[in-house]
Amino acid sequence: MTKDRFTIVGRPLPKIDAWGKVTGDTKYADDLVLPRMAYGKLLRSAHAHARITAIDTTRARALAGVYGVITGADLPRVKFGILPVSQDEEALCVDKVRMVGDAIAAVAAVDEETAERACELIDVTYEPLPSLMSMEDALAHPEVRIHEYGDGPNVHKNVSLQFGDVDAALAASHLVREDVFYFEGNTHLPMEQHAAVAQWAADGRLTLWSSTQTPHYVHRLLTKILDVPGAHVRVIATPVGGGFGGKLDPFAHEIAACQLSKLTGRPVKIALTREEVFYVHRGRHPVLMWIKTGFTNDGDITGCHLKTWLDGGAYGSYGVASTFYTGVINPVTYKIPVYKFEGARVFTNKPPCGPKRGHGTPQPRFALECQLDKAAEQLGLDPADMRRRIVADPFTKTANHLTVTTIGLGECIDKVVEASQWRAKRPAFAKGVVVGDRGLGERRRKGIGIACSAYMTGAGTAIYWNNMPHSGVVLRADRSGGVAILCGATDIGQGSDSILAYLPAEVLGIEPKDVHVHPADTSLTPVDLGSYSSRVTLMCGMAAIQAATRLRRAIAEAVAKKLEISVDRLAFRDRKVGDPDDWEKAVPFAQAVELGEAMHGVLAFPGAYAPPKRAGKYKGGGVGPSPCYSYSACVVELTVDEETAEIHLDDVWIAHDIGRALNPLLVEGQVEGSIYMGIGEALMEAQVFRHDLHKAPSLLDYKSPTTLETPPIHTILVETDDPEGPFGAKEAGQGPLLPVIPAIANAIYNAVGVRVDEIPITPDKVLKGLDLKRQGKSARIGPERIPLFKFKEPLVVESAFGQPLDAIAVRPFADAQS
Amino acid sequence: MMRLPPFTYVAPRTVRDAVAALREHGADAMLVAGGTDLYPNMKRRQFEPKVLVGLGGVAEMRGVRGSARDGFTIGAGTTLSALARHPDIVRHYPGLATAAGLVSSPQLRNMGTIGGNLCVDTRCNYYNQSFAWRKAIGFCMKKDGEICLVAPGSPRCWAVSSSDVAPVAWSLGAKVRLVGPAGERVIPAEALYRDDGIQYLAKQPNEILTALLLPPADGRRSAYMKLRRRGSFDFPVLGVAVSVRMDGETVREARIVLGAVASQPREATKASAALVGRQLTPEAIDAAAEAAAGPSKPLDNTDFTHPYRKKMTRVFVARALRRIAGLPVSGRVEEELA
Repeated sequence: MTKDRFTIVGRPLPKIDAWGKVTGDTKYADDLVLPRMAYGKLLRSAHAHARITAIDTTRARALAGVYGVITGADLPRVKFGILPVSQDEEALCVDKVRMVGDAIAAVAAVDEETAERACELIDVTYEPLPSLMSMEDALAHPEVRIHEYGDGPNVHKNVSLQFGDVDAALAASHLVREDVFYFEGNTHLPMEQHAAVAQWAADGRLTLWSSTQTPHYVHRLLTKILDVPGAHVRVIATPVGGGFGGKLDPFAHEIAACQLSKLTGRPVKIALTREEVFYVHRGRHPVLMWIKTGFTNDGDITGCHLKTWLDGGAYGSYGVASTFYTGVINPVTYKIPVYKFEGARVFTNKPPCGPKRGHGTPQPRFALECQLDKAAEQLGLDPADMRRRIVADPFTKTANHLTVTTIGLGECIDKVVEASQWRAKRPAFAKGVVVGDRGLGERRRKGIGIACSAYMTGAGTAIYWNNMPHSGVVLRADRSGGVAILCGATDIGQGSDSILAYLPAEVLGIEPKDVHVHPADTSLTPVDLGSYSSRVTLMCGMAAIQAATRLRRAIAEAVAKKLEISVDRLAFRDRKVGDPDDWEKAVPFAQAVELGEAMHGVLAFPGAYAPPKRAGKYKGGGVGPSPCYSYSACVVELTVDEETAEIHLDDVWIAHDIGRALNPLLVEGQVEGSIYMGIGEALMEAQVFRHDLHKAPSLLDYKSPTTLETPPIHTILVETDDPEGPFGAKEAGQGPLLPVIPAIANAIYNAVGVRVDEIPITPDKVLKGLDLKRQGKSARIGPERIPLFKFKEPLVVESAFGQPLDAIAVRPFADAQS
Repeated sequence: MMRLPPFTYVAPRTVRDAVAALREHGADAMLVAGGTDLYPNMKRRQFEPKVLVGLGGVAEMRGVRGSARDGFTIGAGTTLSALARHPDIVRHYPGLATAAGLVSSPQLRNMGTIGGNLCVDTRCNYYNQSFAWRKAIGFCMKKDGEICLVAPGSPRCWAVSSSDVAPVAWSLGAKVRLVGPAGERVIPAEALYRDDGIQYLAKQPNEILTALLLPPADGRRSAYMKLRRRGSFDFPVLGVAVSVRMDGETVREARIVLGAVASQPREATKASAALVGRQLTPEAIDAAAEAAAGPSKPLDNTDFTHPYRKKMTRVFVARALRRIAGLPVSGRVEEELA
């Protein structure tokens, strides 16, 4: 299909759930009320690290209105975790708590107030242990163990991979830079707080409605955690009011709601408070980074060596994947012939970190893009031109054996450079443009900065090893002319439900409104692995196209017979099926379905998708491969007040290689949301702790930007029509977050000559830099040291840099003709 | 979600009935007007009143009366948004209108009142936390505990005065009317506050602040500048209120009052005095601003680092004075618009 032949694809249509969201009709988990429903509450630990010596629930159980109280003793003694290699969590802690906020007991009661009061009546006796609140502490105190497993005392994961001879490459470079960066942790801050309703029915079957991004993994894990047959468990993902990676694990409140329902014989709802969401976390890892890169005088990269230390918090969660992600994606962007990556994740007594939008990649992206800027300055090169020169080649492999297909990054750079008037502004601003200077001591300076990025469109491997589809749909045509699509995908606001309507509508020549989308119900819908790694549009989209194509073929056969023409002549458009050259005889779609059903029986067709098998054949090669990668280039223009060091963003230009915009309105929404989130991380958000406690677990005190801090965002979409994506589409939900953070840092340097190598870049840090500059010292603010830490001996693999992609890619489940 | 503790709501229609209700319920009762600060605090169990005396139905406490010549009486129940856009206030007391318009967010200004903001509880990031959080850290002396967590050796509480309008009222020489069982009294705004994070008001618990009384405008110029992280929602972590009366080009009277750097608004008397008898030249302004930073002694219990808040005092005082002097001012867009 060529672009001008699309009827739905490429149109700026509203999301199919827009009306429900706007009118308040959408039912989130906390909106569900079932007859006889009880309200649950969790008692959470007041200690960062302590042994539990006794739990006495007598007083709580005696309180009027309490239906049931459970502790870990009431649950099967199994540890669980989202990754098979990190089974280290308990829903309700039994022997030990590892952070303030760990759940210990749960209450079901007539209302939330009573449940809360009952929690206060549970007597827990603790034997406090030393708390390890930083990576330094955790590494310095091997005698205090947060967990008994891992790659060393308080070291969850220790990885080391080397692709080619990096030392030799660096030795042969004209310029070698070594820089240290720090990226503070931050959280997802979805508008909807997590909530779940569980109903363990009288027939012994369990239904869980939950605000989750991954009903399938929750389904699998519930069977293990609660020791029930999976066939008797149904997980329904309710509409999710924002996920961003924060609703990707199985959580204590879900498990406790199930168990309390079993105990009380009532449906049980548990809705978290905002403070609890900060404890549940699984957000951005704080990462300390050391990066050493070699350059030629022309700006080519000769080789790169990256070390990362991740502050993981109290549990594993997705942390092993996060650790790899801090190292594996950077080579997808630029030509990096040889590459070495060492990473370690450290346990601390804080809420566990995990996947947040961009999972593990914003931190090293910040490091690399700031370092490129510094190198460009030393080499006397324009940072945009330098990046343009080193953009990776399409349809090749990276040093670390990732296969890259289309790359629109060069065009993205050109577009933002042009749109932002980069060439005129950058030299002018570097000379010191004072805004509104009326000769009266005003000191506001303009700055402009650039950065680029890449992100995967779906993880190439599932969380548990298997050979099954990553996404599946069942498509059923109704005699009314409507089409129902069943798919396990979870719409977390990114628009996957809409994609599931658009794509069959495109193939079948009907309108999105004719498609009834039934998502995310484990007893009805084929598995989709979940809304993470920017995988959903590509994977469920490919499955939906496959199913729709199969349905179209069946209908076409029946219509062709009726019209007595060849199947090849038929077109599907405007809710009709017919010969374009004899369109008066075209059959209305509903009638076409009837003809099809009369010929074939029920018109229900499956579609399935799994990514091409391209993982590098080395241990660890499973993290990073993706069917294709999106690319972004971003320019930020800002103003720095030299007296207050307040940073005002004036404009953001972002060009994003989307492959193809299935709906440009949705893509722009994803891009703008990403920029907004990136701005918050760059300038203010920080998940920080004091005296073992989260410093600001509230929406007021955890500072996240408002619309007033959000500048005009100029989004430019670049289409590269990727052969791996549905109608050529790549991801949009995460990649555009990545470049805005270093672009801001680079623009601040352009404005006032201060390098803040540490996120967030707050006014007090910039002011400190300005003071250093006035004193004639190096105006750099950032980490000075790296830990004394022994990484593993590297696994040495030959660099695959520049190799063409494999001639034959195994694409499971693909139809021969598609 | 966080739930309110149980309480009885009493809805008097007159100040007299409200006073009676307060007297009847004694220490069990608290006043509530807009509720934008009290209710969240109650959810965190910072307050657990058995009775709330709601002032929302007391019509006599609403509205702005008076003239520029005689001064204005602002009913304590007047909402912050009404005050921020009141044409006479905007024209004659721009500092007050600005401060009212910078409190929290539009929605909260539509509910929140001038009386509520004048009496708003002091804040501290060891105190404005949930019950469970405060219990985990061991509580502080402001509620349920013994010590100050910001300054552990301190015999007193260092919670921060976080009102935007209080420093402005002080700088304008405004007064407040308090009505209690013994009748009515009028005291200067500055006498309403005490330098203690717990007992931060000189108002008796059985008194109701019914009105803010503004002096005659009389050529007074005023301005307010607010430091906070974001352009909305946030409480001040530094507020600078300046009010000046001129004799031609010469300063006749000046008051510079700092907010959110102590448990009460703090007047920079030396800086104010340094301006009197001088013209508002950039040099005079810089000298006053330098002197004004002295009384600013923030501690590490709000957003931003306290050294940064201290440093910003000079900058913000200079900018507020520049505005009054009609000199160009740099600053954030919100302040320029306000």
